[in-house]
Amino acid sequence: MNIPSELKYSNDHEWVKVLPDGTVEIGLTDYAQDALGDVVFVNLPEEGDALSAGDVLGDVESVKAVSDVLCPVGGTVSEVNEAILDSPESINKAPYEAWFIRLKDAEGVDDLMDAAAYEEFLGTL
Amino acid sequence: MELIFEKGAQGRKLSLLPKCDVPEKKPGCERQKALRLPQLSENEVSRHYTALSKRAHGVNDGFYPLGSCTMKYNPKVNDEAAGLKGFTDIHPLQPEHTVQGALELLNLAEKSFCEITGMDAMSFEPAAGAHGEFAGLLLIKAYHKKRGDEKRTKIIVPDSAHGTNPASATMAGYEVVSIASREDGCVDLEALKAAVGEDTAGLMLTNPNTVGLFDKNILEITKIVHEAGGLCYYDGANLNAVMGVVRPGDMGFDVIHLNLHKTFSTPHGGGGPGSGPVGCKNILAEFLPGEQTSQDGEENYHLFRPENSIGRLRMFHGNFLVVVRALSYVLTLGREGVPEAAKNAVLNANYLKHLLKDDYHMAFDGLCMHEFVMSLEDLKNELDVSALDIAKALLDYGIHPPTMYFPLIVHEALMIEPTETEPKETLEEAARVFKQILKDAKANPQMLHEAPTTTPVRRLDEVTAARKPVLRYAFAEATEE
Repeated sequence: MNIPSELKYSNDHEWVKVLPDGTVEIGLTDYAQDALGDVVFVNLPEEGDALSAGDVLGDVESVKAVSDVLCPVGGTVSEVNEAILDSPESINKAPYEAWFIRLKDAEGVDDLMDAAAYEEFLGTL
Repeated sequence: MELIFEKGAQGRKLSLLPKCDVPEKKPGCERQKALRLPQLSENEVSRHYTALSKRAHGVNDGFYPLGSCTMKYNPKVNDEAAGLKGFTDIHPLQPEHTVQGALELLNLAEKSFCEITGMDAMSFEPAAGAHGEFAGLLLIKAYHKKRGDEKRTKIIVPDSAHGTNPASATMAGYEVVSIASREDGCVDLEALKAAVGEDTAGLMLTNPNTVGLFDKNILEITKIVHEAGGLCYYDGANLNAVMGVVRPGDMGFDVIHLNLHKTFSTPHGGGGPGSGPVGCKNILAEFLPGEQTSQDGEENYHLFRPENSIGRLRMFHGNFLVVVRALSYVLTLGREGVPEAAKNAVLNANYLKHLLKDDYHMAFDGLCMHEFVMSLEDLKNELDVSALDIAKALLDYGIHPPTMYFPLIVHEALMIEPTETEPKETLEEAARVFKQILKDAKANPQMLHEAPTTTPVRRLDEVTAARKPVLRYAFAEATEE
C-alpha cells in the first residue's frame, strides 16, 4: 500500500497536499482506489463552491458501487481537475497524481493524520 | 455474433400478420421516412433470439440465487391466465361495460394485495419497484402539502438500503438523510431518534433488511417516525420472506410498493416488464396515481380517479397483464400457500447458509430470513480472489452468480437468495459447487481470475462497458440525417 510521507490523510481515505502557494489539493488514497475497484465515472463540484470539512465534494462510481467523496478540510474550490472526468482510470493507476479539486483558504489541514498515523489507522480496519 | 440489424435483407419480412380488425384512420401526421426496422423472415428472427438466449443464463437454465431479486420460478399457469382473450384483446379506452372482467380483476388484485400487505388501497400504475418508490414518496409529499406542513423536506434512509431508495427520494425532490446501521444491519434507534424532527417527511425501510435479518424493533422504529410527524415507507423488495406471515401495515407502515416481478412470480430480468404497485393506508388513498376501480350496488365495476390524485405515472393501468399473472399466482397459492411459500423461502436460505457456514465467512451469524450475505474479504486479502471471481466461477457450474458487492456495509459481499422454488437437491449441489470453487481458489488463484471458461461468453469487460458504453446501433447511413 502506497502512503506518501509528505501528504495528510483523512479517515475517509482522502489525501491532502499543501501546495507552495498555500492552496491544497485533494484526492483519493491508494487504499480507497483499491477498495473501490475500477472507477468508471467521477462527479466534481464547481469552481467557487464553498465546502466545509465533511461536505460531499463529489462522487466516484466504480463497477461495484457509487461512493461519496467527502471534503476532508474546509475551503473554496479554486480549481477542479477536469482531466479525471475523461480518464477516471487515472484514479486507479496513479491515485496520488489524480487530484480531484484544489481549495483556497483551506481550514483544518492540521487536524488530519500524517502518513504514519494513517498507516496505523489502516491496520485497524 | 451479428446484431439483428446486420441480418436479413431489404424487403424480407414476415408476411403472416393478421388483417387489422378495426377501421383504419390516417391521422394526417404520418411518418415521411420509413422506420429503419430489421427486415427478416420469421425463422431468422426465431433463430436470432434462440441464439441470444443460449448465450445467457435464465431461471429456466439453472439455479439463480441472485440476492434481493427473488428469482423464483414463474409458473406457466400465470401465462395461461394472461393469455386469455378477454385480457389480451381489449383496449383501455373501451366502454366500461365491455371490460367488466378486466376491471373485476384489477379490483380483486387490489383487495388481495391489500390483504397481504395490510394496506387499504393500491394503484397498479407504477411499472417497476423504483417507479413505485417514486409514487409512494409523491403520496407522502402530497399528504404533507395538503396539511400545509411544507417544512418537511427530508427522507431518512438507512445506509444499508437499496440504492434506489435515496435515488427515488432525490427524484421526488427530497433531501436524503442517511443514518448508520448497527453492526447487524438493523436500524440504530438512537441514530434514528437523533435524525427525526420537524423537517422529517418520512422514513424508507425494507424489513427484513438488506442483509436478510428481520428488524425486531420495527414497531418502535415506525413509532419514532410517526411521533415526529413523518410517514413510514415500506420497500417491498424483501416481502418474499414474510408474505402472509406478517403485514407491513401492521408493522406501522403507511405506504408500500410491491415488486410483482419478484415476490409474485412474474417475469423478471431482461426487461420484465415489471410491476411495482404502490399501496397505502386510507390517509393517503385520495392521492393515488391513475384510476382506481369500484363496484356499484348492481355489482358493476367502474373506474374513478382519486380526489386529489398526484396524476398519471404511466399510461392506463400500468403493465396490466403482469398484474393478471401475479393475481393468478396468489389465487393458485391461496391463504395457506402464500405464507407457506414465504416460510419455505426462509427455510431454503437457512439450509444453504448452514451448508456453507464452515467454509465461507457469513457476515452475520444465526438465523437469516430469505437471503444471507457472505463476506469474502479474508479470501481477497489472502489469495487475491475476489467476490467477483467466485461469482464468475459459478457460471462454469451452471449457477447464476449471486448479487455482488451489496449491501455496501459488507466488504466483498455475496448475497444469496435461493427462493422457495428450489428443491433440497439443488441447494446441496450448489453448496458442493461453492466448496469446490473454494478448493480451486486455494489450489490455483489465477484460474479463478479467468473464470468462467466453459460458457459461450467469457468474462465481460465491465469497465469498458461502463466507461465507453455503446447504447444504440450505428446505422451506416446515419450521416445522411
